[in-house]
Amino acid sequence: MTSIGTGYDLSNSVFSPDGRNFQVEYAVKAVENGGTAIGIRCKDGVVLALEKLVTSKLLKKDANKRIATVDRNIGVVHSGLLPDGRHFVSRARDEASSWRSTYKAPIPVSSLANRMGAYVQAYTLYSSVRPFGITAIVGGWDAETELAVDGAVGSGPKSGSGGKTQGVKEGGPYLYMIEPSGLYWGYYGAATGKGRQAAKAELEKLKLDPKDGEAISLEEGVKEAARIIYVAHEDSKDKDFELELTWISSVSGPTKGRHEEVPKELKEEAERLAKKSLEGDDDEEEGKMEE
Amino acid sequence: MNHFPQAWGRPRDDIYGAYNPSFLPQSRGGYAQQPGAPITHTQSPVVTGTSVLGIKFKDGVVLAADNLASYGSLARFTDVHRLKHFNRKAVVGFGGDVSDMQYIDRLLNSLDVEENYGGSGGAKGDEESKSIMSAKNLHKYLSKVMYKRRSDFNPLWNALLVAGLDEHEKPFLAFADLLGTTYSSPTLATGFGAHLAQPILRRKVKDEQASQALTKEEAVDAIKECMKVLFYRDARSMNEYSIAVIDKSGVDLKEDVKLENQSWDFADKIRGYGTQTA
Repeated sequence: MTSIGTGYDLSNSVFSPDGRNFQVEYAVKAVENGGTAIGIRCKDGVVLALEKLVTSKLLKKDANKRIATVDRNIGVVHSGLLPDGRHFVSRARDEASSWRSTYKAPIPVSSLANRMGAYVQAYTLYSSVRPFGITAIVGGWDAETELAVDGAVGSGPKSGSGGKTQGVKEGGPYLYMIEPSGLYWGYYGAATGKGRQAAKAELEKLKLDPKDGEAISLEEGVKEAARIIYVAHEDSKDKDFELELTWISSVSGPTKGRHEEVPKELKEEAERLAKKSLEGDDDEEEGKMEE
Repeated sequence: MNHFPQAWGRPRDDIYGAYNPSFLPQSRGGYAQQPGAPITHTQSPVVTGTSVLGIKFKDGVVLAADNLASYGSLARFTDVHRLKHFNRKAVVGFGGDVSDMQYIDRLLNSLDVEENYGGSGGAKGDEESKSIMSAKNLHKYLSKVMYKRRSDFNPLWNALLVAGLDEHEKPFLAFADLLGTTYSSPTLATGFGAHLAQPILRRKVKDEQASQALTKEEAVDAIKECMKVLFYRDARSMNEYSIAVIDKSGVDLKEDVKLENQSWDFADKIRGYGTQTA
C-alpha cells in the first residue's frame, strides 16, 4: 500500500489516487483477526459453523451464541467485530420483518443478501460513518413447497384467476457472503476469519458444485464443517475454542426448513470424527501432550 | 337524471335542491374530514365467524370453531380455519371479524418469529431448556392488544379464546374480546355459544374440580355435542369445523371435521302449524 501515510486512508469514502478506499481495507483487517466462520451449501440444506475463541475460563460453556437466526429459515454467521455483527443481524431481522409485512411471506435468501449488501455498502459512502468490521455469511433455505400467505384464511380459488399453477417448484439452499465493502456473491462454500485460507482449501476439496454431479448431503456437510473448523484452528492451537454449528434443511428434512442448532448427538459425533481425522495427521507425541 | 354515477339514486337537484352529502363517507361523495372533527374508525364487522368453544379437562384443553365466514346472512366462505396454532403450548380461537383475525394472526406470527430469536441473539436451542411462551403469556399479550385498540376507539372486532398450557404445564383457558374484557372458566364459549353451548358444558363440568376429573375423550365428546347443537340453532354456523386438543404431548389440530349423528328424522312427522293433519 504505497499511498499509506499520504492521508488518503484517514477518512472513509475517500478514493486514493489508485482508486481504493483504504478504510474499507482496514475493516477487512479487523475481519482477518476474528475466529473462522464457514458456510457450506449442500444438496439438501446449508450448514454454518463458527470457531468461537474462548477468551476466558470464566465464560459459560455453550452460552453466548454467535450464529443468529433471521426470520425462521435464514442463519447468519459473522467474523470480525462482534458488535458490528450484532448490528448487522438486527438490521437483517428488520429487513425480514418489513418484507413480511409487505409480501406476507418470508424473505428469499437472495433478497436478504441483496438488501444487506446494499446496507453494508452504504457504510462506505460517507466520511461520517465507518465500514462494517465484519464479513457475514448468510445461508438459508427458500421453501420448495407452496407457502401459505401469512394470515390467509381458506384455500382461495382452485383454478382460473387467483388459482395456482400446478407443479411449480422453487426454492432450495442458498449461501451468500457479504464483505465490508458491501460486495457479496453466492457461494457453494464460503469461509472468512483467521483460518479462511486453510478452510477454503478444504472447502475446494468437497463436492459442492451440482455441475460435478450430486453435491454432498447435509449430514456429510455437518461433519465436514466441524472438521474444517478444527483444521482451521490448527494454526492457533494454543488457544481454546468452542465449535458452533447450525443447519437449515429442506422443508421435508430434519429441520423442516428452519435454521436450528445441530442436535447435540450429531454435533458430538462430528467433533469426534474431526478430532480423529486430525490425530491421523499428527504424530503421537501431540496426543499425549494434550493430557 | 345525468351521467354522473355519484348522483344516481339521489333526489333530483332541480326539484329538491342541492343534495347534502355531509353524512356520507368520503368514498361515497362525502366531505373530507374537517380538522378537529372526530376521527371515525371501524364501525362494524363485515365478514364474521361465529362461536368458539373451549373446555378444560384433566391434562389439557379442547377448543373448537366451525369453518364458516359469513357475510351478513350469506354463508360466504366455507373453508376458513378459525383456530390458529401458535406453538406446542397454545392455540387461539377467533370469533368475530375475519379481517381482524387475519391481522392478529400476522401479529402472532411476527411475535413467534421474534420470540425464537432469543435474548442472546442465538439460534434455537435445546427445546427442553428453552422457555417457550405459554398460553397464559399469549392471553396476556392479546388482552393488552385488544384493550389498547378499544381505548383508541378502533377495536379489533373479535372474541378470542386462548387455550393451552400455562407455565407449569397446567391446562389454561381464557377469553378476551374487542372491549379488552377478559375472564376465565373451566368451560368457555363466545357469541351464540355462550347461550347454547355453555349451559351444556357447565352441566358436564360445573367447577374446576369437575374439570380435573374429566378425561380427554369426555371433553372431546362434550365439544362435539355442543357443535351439533350450535349447528341446529345458530343460523350463522355450518356442519364442518376445526377441533384442537392441547395437552403435554403438544397440539392435535384437525381442521376439516364433519358433524356426526344429527337427528332430523322427527321432521317427517311435523305437519302444519296446528290443526292440519295431512
